[in-house]
Amino acid sequence: MRITCPHCGERDRREFTYQGAAKILNRPSPDAGNDAWADYVHLRDNPAGETRDMWYHDPCGAWLVVHRNSVTHEVYGSQLAAEVAR
Amino acid sequence: MGYSAWKIFTEGLTGNQGWKPVWRDPAPKPAYDAIIIGGGGHGLSTAYYLAKNHGLTNVAVLEKGYIGSGNIGRNTTIVRANYFLPGNSEFYSHSLKLWEGLEQDLNYNVMHSQRGLINLFHSDGQRDAFVRRGNAMINQGDDAILLDREGVREHLPYLDFDNIRFPVYGGLLHPRGGTARHDAVAWGYARGADQRGVDLIQNCEVTGIDIENGKVVGVQTTRGPIKAKKVAMVAAGRSGQVAAMAGMRLPIESHVLQAFVTEGLKPIINHVVSFGMGHFYMSQSDKGGLVFGGDLDFYSSYAARGNLPMVEHVMEAGMTLMPIIAKAKVLRSWGGIMDMSPDGSPIIDKTHIDGLFVNCGWNYGGFKAVPASGWSLAHLMATGKPFDAAAKFRLDRFNTGRGIMDEEGTGSQHNLH
Repeated sequence: MRITCPHCGERDRREFTYQGAAKILNRPSPDAGNDAWADYVHLRDNPAGETRDMWYHDPCGAWLVVHRNSVTHEVYGSQLAAEVAR
Repeated sequence: MGYSAWKIFTEGLTGNQGWKPVWRDPAPKPAYDAIIIGGGGHGLSTAYYLAKNHGLTNVAVLEKGYIGSGNIGRNTTIVRANYFLPGNSEFYSHSLKLWEGLEQDLNYNVMHSQRGLINLFHSDGQRDAFVRRGNAMINQGDDAILLDREGVREHLPYLDFDNIRFPVYGGLLHPRGGTARHDAVAWGYARGADQRGVDLIQNCEVTGIDIENGKVVGVQTTRGPIKAKKVAMVAAGRSGQVAAMAGMRLPIESHVLQAFVTEGLKPIINHVVSFGMGHFYMSQSDKGGLVFGGDLDFYSSYAARGNLPMVEHVMEAGMTLMPIIAKAKVLRSWGGIMDMSPDGSPIIDKTHIDGLFVNCGWNYGGFKAVPASGWSLAHLMATGKPFDAAAKFRLDRFNTGRGIMDEEGTGSQHNLH
C-alpha cells in the first residue's frame, strides 16, 4: 500500500501511522451530551468499501485524511486534515 | 451416526464407502423460532447449545458462504484461558472447561491438544506483570506456572536466550493451553446442531433485518424472506454491515490480522510460544507446519489479506526469538477480518430492538471463545438473561463507561488494541 502525502508525494505505507475513521474531525460540542460523545468516541460506520480515515505521516508530521478502499486496499487520494477540518 | 474406533476400522476395510454427509443441506423454511446470522464458529456453537441446553431446535443458521468459510477456518487455532480481568477471566475459564469436554460432547475429534502455552518475558517489570496475571489465573481456578530462565530453557531450548534487545528472563506456562483443529470445531458443532434439528442454510446472505414497532420480525435473504422473533447477529468482522441493516452502529472497527504457515517439518515446537515484545507467536500443527502470526496490520480492512510491512515484521520477530526456524520455507500467508472493539473485550448482549441480539468484538481472540460464546448467547436468547460468566460483555459499557474491560491497559480507544 502506498499513500500520497500532499507535502512529500507518494510514499511507502511504512512511513504512516493509522489512527482511525475520519469522523474524529467532527468533534461534538462540549455540551452535546453523553450519547453524542459516546457515539463520537466509540461507534463506527466501519464501511466495507470506500472509507476516509486518519493517517499521520511520520517524517513530515502531517495529519492526513486518506480516501481509500477497505476491501481492495486501493488508495484514491489524500488531503491534509487541516484543510478537511476547515 | 456416531463415530467410533470400530467404525473407522470397518470403513478402512471396506474402502471408506460408507461415510455419509454429516449435515443436511435444507432449503429455508418460511419461519423459525430463532435465526442466527453467521455460520462461523460462534454462530454454530450458539445453535448447538440452543438445541442441546435449551431444547430450541426450530432454529436456522444463515451463512452467506459455506460453513467454516470465515475466521473459524482462518485462525491460528490457539486455545487458552490466561486472562486476568473480572469478566474475561471467568468467561475464558468456562470456555476452556467446555473445550476439555468438547470431543466427548460432540462425538467429534477436534484434535484439542493441551500442549501448554508459554508467554515469554524479557524484563523485571514484565515478569511482575506476568506474576500478577498468573495469580489471577490461579484465583480463577485455572493453572499457571512461573518459569525462570532455566525453566524456560528446559521447555524451549531452541530460543535465543541472550538476544541483545530481548534476553529471555522467563515465561508464564499455562499447561492447559494449547491448540485445536479449527475446521473440525466448525464441523463438529455443525453436525451436532444439525443432528438436533437445526437447519444450516449455506449460500444464504442476509440482505435486510425486518423490524416492526421496535421488535424484530424476521430477515430478508438472497433465498427469500424468513420470519423469526429472535435474531442473533454473529457476523464477526462483518458485524458492522449486519448491524447497519438494523439501523445500528457498533463500537467495532474491522482490521486485518495475518497468519502464516511453513512447509511440514519434523516435530520441534512442542508448545504454543508467544513473544509479546516482538508481536510473534508460534505453534506446530500435527501435520508439521509451523503456524505463526503477529500483530494487526493496524488499518481498517476487509481484504482478508495484509501488506508486506507486517509480513516482514513477523518474520523478523520470529528470527529474533528462534533463529532455528531460519531455513523453514513459508508456504502460505493469509488474513482474517477482526472485529476490534475499543477495549479489546467482546460483546454478547441484547440490543435496543426487541428480539435482536448481538455477539461481536472478539478482536483477535475469538477461536478459544467459541464454546463459551455460543453457550452464553444461547442462554441469553433462550432465557432472556445473560449467562453469569458472560454478564459483563455488555454493549452499553461504551456509553456508560461502566465495566470497560481493557485487558492490555492501553485505554478504551479503537486504535489501541
